[in-house]
Amino acid sequence: MSLEAHIPALPVIVPLLAAPIAAYLRPRHLAWAAATLASIASFAIAVLLALATRDGSIHRYAMGGWPAPFGIELAIDSLGALVLLIITGASTLAIIAGRETIERDIEPHRQPLFYAAWLMVVAGLAGIAITGDAFNVFVFMEISSLATYVVIAAGSDRQALTAVFKYLIMGTIGATFYLIGVGFVYMMTGTLNFADMQARLADIPYVAPVHLAAAFIIVGLALKAAVFPLHAWLPNAYAHAPHAVTAFIAACSTKVTILVLLRFDFVVFMGNIAEHATQFALFVMPLALLGILFGSGVAIFETNVKRLLGYSSIAQLGYILLGASFVDRAGLLASVLHIFNHALAKGALFLAIVALGHHLTRFEIRDLHGIGRRMPWTLGAFSIAALSLVGVPGTAGFISKWYLIVAAFGQGSLGLVLVGVIVASSLMAVVYLWRILEPAWFAAADPVAAGAADDKRVGEAPVGVLAVVLLAAALNVWFGLVPAFPLELAGHAADELLRHVP
Amino acid sequence: MEILGLYNYWVFGALLMIGFFALIARQNLVKKLLGLSIFQSAVFLLYISLAKVEGGTAPIILDPTAAEIFSNPLPQVLILTAIVVGISTTALGLAIVVRIREAYDTIEDDEIRRLDRRS
Repeated sequence: MSLEAHIPALPVIVPLLAAPIAAYLRPRHLAWAAATLASIASFAIAVLLALATRDGSIHRYAMGGWPAPFGIELAIDSLGALVLLIITGASTLAIIAGRETIERDIEPHRQPLFYAAWLMVVAGLAGIAITGDAFNVFVFMEISSLATYVVIAAGSDRQALTAVFKYLIMGTIGATFYLIGVGFVYMMTGTLNFADMQARLADIPYVAPVHLAAAFIIVGLALKAAVFPLHAWLPNAYAHAPHAVTAFIAACSTKVTILVLLRFDFVVFMGNIAEHATQFALFVMPLALLGILFGSGVAIFETNVKRLLGYSSIAQLGYILLGASFVDRAGLLASVLHIFNHALAKGALFLAIVALGHHLTRFEIRDLHGIGRRMPWTLGAFSIAALSLVGVPGTAGFISKWYLIVAAFGQGSLGLVLVGVIVASSLMAVVYLWRILEPAWFAAADPVAAGAADDKRVGEAPVGVLAVVLLAAALNVWFGLVPAFPLELAGHAADELLRHVP
Repeated sequence: MEILGLYNYWVFGALLMIGFFALIARQNLVKKLLGLSIFQSAVFLLYISLAKVEGGTAPIILDPTAAEIFSNPLPQVLILTAIVVGISTTALGLAIVVRIREAYDTIEDDEIRRLDRRS
């Protein structure tokens, strides 16, 4: 068989094989180079796959040559390809931009191991995005989670350890709940393949265990995805991780879990459990709305910039779920589009944090006072990404919020309330981002702030880092003006998810 | 009989809740990890239980012509993977606890939180 036939398996295989190589490469710069190359290669494959799924086709690959319901099948649809693009893209940009800060924050002899763990995160997340097997999702989820705990705790910040312990406990509970749910579905159907499950569940006379499975799966995945009120692990994990790690995981890790949630609920359950669409909407919509208001509300009063952006992620996750909770094409389109656009905005914001991290040691808001005068390009990129997060026209964030609001109006009289919440939360986003940007551009440097660097010597971040940050900001504008590509993929993803919904 | 016959599942539920309780109620990080292990073990039991077919034997085909009932071997293989995952999680958790003790000189959750608030 030619290599071409194996392309669907490569996004997992490449980082997985590169990880042990990176772990043994010395000097440590070689390990970085290997990890970066593997990440770029995965990204290239992801682009190929995304282009291949543009027409709405699904690319299947039987692992080890075992045919579908018996062996593990990879099934790459538009949704998987889009998320794969986010994972590999975020990893590539973050690893290139993060090189110097990683070099500074992590002991030299641990760096090759750090890069190996990083690649395991990529492999695990990519695996979740493309596999068509429910148990395989669990295995990849644990691969990526265990590696994520390692990279988050890799820095010198001791609070990262307690944050990661909390994440480990909650993440494992979430994964175990998912495993219980899959067990109940397997008990009733005898299969683990999503498509096969969907087909076989229709003939089950006794659905109580399937209801139980749906409950376990949705709660477990919500815990992993940091859906309000199960978000407690997220803000501190983001705040205390090394900057490059935050830029990487904030862009993709929770979204991958949302993808599994959408797949399970829409493909497997909705067509087979009576009233599941209503149950899903009634369960998810209130949580989404509360999450939007809570995340934005807490962010307004938070003083640590990284934790503030973490709370903002909880709110943005609310938008994604809100779109999904409409259970129609417009809502799902907005939801999938927002997965992509929020990854762009939040990724760019945290990449700017990486660049700022070259000179700042702490990220309280007052540490950023006056930084705009010394690092105008970096803060410029941060500001563009912030506009995208708010949803200002001309940026990517506007496109998905527009589609979300249009979808919300389709919900009848409830729509007005939903639009009200979306608009209110966007205004709250203006407030919390303005609290960072206003003093960063206009205030004088705070002399008592411990994290602020010496006024005279500080300049821009290194050119390579700055280029990546500006590229990320430019992508926010590009996909705000020319959104055809993500729109197309999101459209096919919505169609594919709704195919089994009655 | 109906209730007693399902005792595997009752044990599953009880173990799950015992582990969950330890996770939530204990302040000591090592005890939390012990709770997590019990919690995961409960799920192993669930999978093993659902693999059992009444009157089934081990799935080894000695005589291809004889019609025998076999227990389902797949969940046991699945749970072998989950056991490996569980061990890795516990090992990583313990490694983090060791580093927490080095950094904070304590493994009690409430004391760590007090130290964090002070800094």
